[in-house]
Amino acid sequence: MNEAGHAGGITRRHFLATGATLYGTLWASSGALLTLAPSRTWALELAHLDARSGRALLALTRHVYPHATLDDAVYALVVKALDEAAAEADTRALLSAGVAALDQGADGDWLAREPAAQLGDVHAIAGTPFFEKVRSTAVVALYNNALAFAHFGYEGPAFEFGGYLERGFDDLTWLPDPPAAASPAKA
Amino acid sequence: MRTFAHDDDSAVVIVGSGAGGGTLANELAQKGIGVVLLEAGKQQSTASFVNDEWGSFEQLAWRDPRTSSGSFRLARDFPDLPAWVCKSVGGTTTHWAGASLRFRAHEFKARTTYGALDGANLLDWPLTLEELAPYYDRAEDKMGVTRTHGIPGLPGNNNFKVFYNGAKKLGYKDCHTGHMAINSRPRAGRAACRQLGFCFAGCKMGAKWSTLYTEIPAGIATGKLELRAECHVSRIEHDARGQVTGVVYFDAAGREQRQRARIVCVAGNSLESPRLLLLSASSKYPDGLANSSGKVGRNYMRHTSGSVFARFDEPVHFYRGTTMAGVITDESRHDPTRGFAAGYELETISTGLPFAAAFLDPGAWGPELTAMIDGYANLAGLWVVGEDMPQATNRITLDDTVTDHFGLPVAHVHFDDHPNDVAMREHGYRQGRALYEAVGARQVMLTPPFPSSHNLGTCRMSEKPADGVVNRFGQAHDIPNLFVSDGSQFTTGGAENPTLTIVALAIRQAEHIAAQMTARAI
Ligand SMILES: Cc1cc2nc3c(=O)[nH]c(=O)nc-3n(C[C@H](O)[C@H](O)[C@H](O)COP(=O)(O)OP(=O)(O)OC[C@H]3O[C@@H](n4cnc5c(N)ncnc54)[C@H](O)[C@@H]3O)c2cc1C
Ligand code: SF4
Repeated sequence: MNEAGHAGGITRRHFLATGATLYGTLWASSGALLTLAPSRTWALELAHLDARSGRALLALTRHVYPHATLDDAVYALVVKALDEAAAEADTRALLSAGVAALDQGADGDWLAREPAAQLGDVHAIAGTPFFEKVRSTAVVALYNNALAFAHFGYEGPAFEFGGYLERGFDDLTWLPDPPAAASPAKA
Repeated sequence: MRTFAHDDDSAVVIVGSGAGGGTLANELAQKGIGVVLLEAGKQQSTASFVNDEWGSFEQLAWRDPRTSSGSFRLARDFPDLPAWVCKSVGGTTTHWAGASLRFRAHEFKARTTYGALDGANLLDWPLTLEELAPYYDRAEDKMGVTRTHGIPGLPGNNNFKVFYNGAKKLGYKDCHTGHMAINSRPRAGRAACRQLGFCFAGCKMGAKWSTLYTEIPAGIATGKLELRAECHVSRIEHDARGQVTGVVYFDAAGREQRQRARIVCVAGNSLESPRLLLLSASSKYPDGLANSSGKVGRNYMRHTSGSVFARFDEPVHFYRGTTMAGVITDESRHDPTRGFAAGYELETISTGLPFAAAFLDPGAWGPELTAMIDGYANLAGLWVVGEDMPQATNRITLDDTVTDHFGLPVAHVHFDDHPNDVAMREHGYRQGRALYEAVGARQVMLTPPFPSSHNLGTCRMSEKPADGVVNRFGQAHDIPNLFVSDGSQFTTGGAENPTLTIVALAIRQAEHIAAQMTARAI
C-alpha cells in the first residue's frame, strides 16, 4: 500500500475510489494501527483492476472474514493481493465477471445494497471459483501482515527480540501454575 | 569436504537427509564408511531461517506437486498438499516440533494386541521394544531429549498452563512438558531454547535438534561424508543379478548424473521413498524395486490426528514459546472399552495468526471462524495424535497424468479413514473439548487434520518377505544391498510422534550395514 498525502473530505469508515486508486483514512478506533502507520490516510493504487471492482472486492471480503473493528486499511491489503493476481488475464476476467455478476443481481450497484442483502448474495456465490479466489487470497493477505498482527495481538517475529523467555511466555496468572515436576523452572 | 567420483562404487549412497537419512549418514561416517548423501532440497541455516510462517513454508516445505484422493478430509481441504514435509537439507527435522516419545511395548505387537480388525492390515513388528531400547537410549542422547540422560524438562508456557489445568480437571495423571529434542540447557555445542515459538519454521537458536546442524556436519567432519544438496534422485539402477549399482539424479543445474554405489539407502519420507522404488521399475523388476510382495506404497499411515482450539476470556498468547509445550499420555494405552483399538497422545499446539486463519477450519468463512480469530490472543490449542490402522488400499502410487518439473510422475496419495481412526478422533475431540471447557473455554473449534506431517508405513518391515518390503533392519527382502531408512519402514504407526523411532532405527541400521560390509555379505 502506498502512503498518499492527505486526501481531504474523506469521512471515517468510508473510503473513496478515484480512478484506479482506493483511498481511506484510518479509523480513530484503530489504536494499534495508528502507531504503525506513518500517516492517517492511506491509498492503494490498482494496476489491473478498476477502482469500482476494488471497492466491491473490499466489501465482499468484509463479509467473508467479518471483523467489526478491523480497519478497511487492512482489508485493502486483500484488494492489493487480488490486484496483483489480476496481472494474469484469466484471474482478471474471473474477478471482473464476479463483480459484474454481483452488480447485475443488485440493479447494477451491489455496493448500494444493505449489508444484510449483500451477505445473502455472498452466501449464494460461496464455493464458486470467483468466491474461492477471493477467499483463498484473503485468508493469507488479510492475516499475514504487520497491521493484522497488531490488531489481533500477535507479536510475530521473536528472534530479534530474544524470544519470549523474558517477554511473557509464562505470564498467565488466571490459572494456578503447574508444579515443578510437570513444568520445571527456567534455567 | 571429502568428495567421491561419480564412478566410485565404494560408497553408500543415501537418498534424503532428514531424520532417517541424515542420522544414518553420520552413523556410517563415524564408523569410517564412505557416504554420498543426496538431497533434493537446498541448504539453509539457522541464520537463513525466518520467523515467518508462510515465508518459512516457502523456504523449507516440499512444494513439488502431489495429488490425492479418498474419503479423508485432506483430499477436499488440501488436494495438492496431502503431506506437510520438507525439501531441504535436514529434511523435515527443520520444521518438526521436537516431541520425542518412545513406542510402547504393545505397539510393536499390534496384531497380537489389537486382534484382527476388519479392513485393518495389522502385523506385529519383527522387532520388540526390548531390542530397540538401547538404540532409543542412544537416539535420546544424540538428540538431547529432555527428561532423559539427566536433561531437565523445559519450562511450560502459557499454552501448557491451560492444558495442564484442564488435564487435572479431567483426572489425567501423566501431564508434563514432554520429552523434547530441544535443549533446556546449552548442550552439545547448541544453545538453549529461548521460547521463540517458531519451532515449525526452523529453530533460529539451533536449540531444537535437526540433522541440518548436528548429524550432517558431524559426518562431514569425519572426512567420510559428501553432502550434495539440490540433487534429486530419479531412479535406482541395478545389474543383471538384481543388485543395485547406483542412482541417477538431476543436479542443481538440472543435468542428469549417475552415482555408482555399493549400497543404496532410501530415506525420502513415506511419499517419496515408495515413489522412487516404483519409478525404478525395470524389465527385471516390472513392479518397481523391492516390490515382489506388491507392498511398496501400501499400508500408508498418517496418524489419526485433529486439533482442538479454545477461546477464553483471558489472554493466553499461546504463540509464545515452544509449539509443542506439553503432553498427556494417559490415552495412549490400548483400552477397547473406549470404543476403539490402540491409543493416542494429546500434545499442545499453537500457530501464529497467519496459520490460525488458514488451518483453524480450512476453507471456512464467516463469523464463527472470525470470532475465534478476534480472540486470537486468548486461544489455547492441543493436537490429538494417535495410531491409525494400516490398510492395503491406503497407498502411494505414481500419478498417471501429473508430472513434476523433471517430467517424472508425481506421488498420488489415496487414503480412507478406517472406522477405528474415526472413533479415535471423535474420542480425542471429546476429551479435548472437555479439557478446555473444564477451565472456562468460551468457544471450542474442532480442527480437521493438517496436511500429514507423520507419513509412515509405505515400505513396511516384516518377518516374512510376502508381508512387507524390508526386514527387521530395513533391508529390502528382495535386494540385499538396498535399504529403506525412514518412517516408510514402520510396520504399524504407534501413537507416538515417529521421529525418535526413525532415528533409533537408523542407528541400528548403521550397525547392521557396517557388520554386513565387514562380512562382505554386501
Ligand atoms: C510441522 C511439523 C512438525 C513435526 N513435529 C514432530 C514432532 O514433534 N515429533 C516427531 O517425532 N515428528 C514430528 N514431525 C515429523 C518429522 O518431521 C518426520 O517424522 C521426520 O522428519 C521424518 O524423517 P524422514 O527421514 O522420514 O524424512 P524427512 O525428514 O522428511 O527427510 C526426507 C528428505 O528426503 C528428501 N528427498 C525426498 N525424495 C528425494 C529424492 N528423490 N532425491 C533426493 N532427496 C529426496 C527430501 O527433500 C527431504 O529433505 C513433524 C513434521 C512437521 C511437518
Ligand atoms: S521455541 Fe525454542 S525450540 Fe522452538 S524455535 Fe524457539 S528456541 Fe527453537
